[in-house]
Amino acid sequence: MGEKFHTITSPVMGTFYRSTAPGEKFLVEVGQKINTSDIVCMIESMKIFTELRSEQSGIVRKILVENEDPVMKNQALIEIEPN
Amino acid sequence: MLFKTILIANRGEIAVRVIRACKEMGIKTVAVFSDADKDGLHVKYADEAVNIGPALSRKSYLNIGNIIDAAKKTKAEAIHPGYGFLSENSDFAKACFDNDIMFIGPSAKSIAMAGDKSAARQTLMDLGIPIIPGSDDIISSSDEACQVADSVGYPIILKAAGGGGGRGMRIAYNRSELITAFSIASGEAKVAFGNPDIYLEKYIEKPRHIEVQILGDHFGNYIHLAERECSIQLRYQKLIEESPSPFVDENFRTELGETAIKIAKAINYTNAGTMEFLVDKHKNFYFMEVNARVQVEHPVTELVTGVDIVQQQILIASGEKLVLKQNDINIDGWSMECRINANDPNDNFMPSPGQIESVIFPGGPGIRLDTHIHDKYMVTPFYDSLIGKLIVWAKDRPAAINRMSRALSEFEIRGIETTIGFYKKVIKNDQFQKGDIDTHFLEKF
Repeated sequence: MGEKFHTITSPVMGTFYRSTAPGEKFLVEVGQKINTSDIVCMIESMKIFTELRSEQSGIVRKILVENEDPVMKNQALIEIEPN
Repeated sequence: MLFKTILIANRGEIAVRVIRACKEMGIKTVAVFSDADKDGLHVKYADEAVNIGPALSRKSYLNIGNIIDAAKKTKAEAIHPGYGFLSENSDFAKACFDNDIMFIGPSAKSIAMAGDKSAARQTLMDLGIPIIPGSDDIISSSDEACQVADSVGYPIILKAAGGGGGRGMRIAYNRSELITAFSIASGEAKVAFGNPDIYLEKYIEKPRHIEVQILGDHFGNYIHLAERECSIQLRYQKLIEESPSPFVDENFRTELGETAIKIAKAINYTNAGTMEFLVDKHKNFYFMEVNARVQVEHPVTELVTGVDIVQQQILIASGEKLVLKQNDINIDGWSMECRINANDPNDNFMPSPGQIESVIFPGGPGIRLDTHIHDKYMVTPFYDSLIGKLIVWAKDRPAAINRMSRALSEFEIRGIETTIGFYKKVIKNDQFQKGDIDTHFLEKF
């Protein structure tokens, strides 16, 4: 099952955010259609926010981490089913 | 009367720096720390230490109530805020005042004025000080940002009202970039400074960043401690600073220095502060902002002027008159600083938190190292990536570059990625060695 999904992983140890700023609308929801290079989540590490973009277009199937949870480097965050 | 006890409302290398200044003056120190910093060097060096909350900054180092409580509990008469965190937060300065604690920095009113772009801009325009066109006030929505951008023209730069250091700072070359940039900049500003306010300026291409250090006491005496060249930046974060600037001669230094003092006087600024200027290749200069705090790069000024800026801050806050006169300030030799950051130069300067296995520090003649790291130190992702500052002094710029090169070659940090190797390459660069630099130098590097 893992094979057919495109998994977005954290490039760095930090904090996972589902929106571009605290209190803003979440960038993506499960079931949502997204395009290549859409921003899907943010990671904050050492006060720097990194936008993570999808390398594929498709449908968001799973969001594996809760908003504002700590994440490790290379931890899987979001699964996308390519179309 | 000099303070007996000072609380340092910060962490990392700057907390250590302030503790050192206090110790040399015979002042008792109180450190504060979050759950993530229990083993911090500042905790170890201070006479007393108080836990002020969980790792997240907004719950500890940005928590005004907890810090004031810690000061009262330990009978600290004054608080040194360091840089970042609450150092330029006028609410914090006011909270100190309301609790009869001296804030070591400018008055809450000066901080608010320095931060209040519209008031500051009008005052400065009236004085004939050149400024960059931009929003007269904070921008409250991306629609408003677009309107202002249309009137000043693209490209524009968004900046956080709450502080500097590249946090909450973004450039946009067109409307659609601006809309995304606004939301991200505002979010970064909120996390870094507890204040999401953003303002907008026209972006001047290829400038040098040159700033002037000033000191002002409570009796109207002001001096400047010459300039710092801070053009070596990446994403608006200074990486290498030096004093003097290779671009500034005696006449230009006097002009910049006098302008900086004029600005300080106009906003009744007291204590140590920095006036930042953008300078184009024709030596036109534009005032950017007041940094109402001690700055990360203050040591390069200390090494060429012999003035201990942190001790001066403490003396001024305790009500002493400035003993130094402008004529006492001479520049001796050349100083250069490399900010050692936990970032990976081989992976787009991605933050590189993690456990340090071991460190070997450089030493020998002309070396100063301000750091809080040691063997087995855990660099957490909760705070910024600065883990040390390597500062050298030598008789002139070529000698300072050679000494920096030697010190970098001795410096070893195992376990995490750092910028040490990157600086070795930068200072070997021909253009850098000639002093032919602007704020975009590293983008092309």
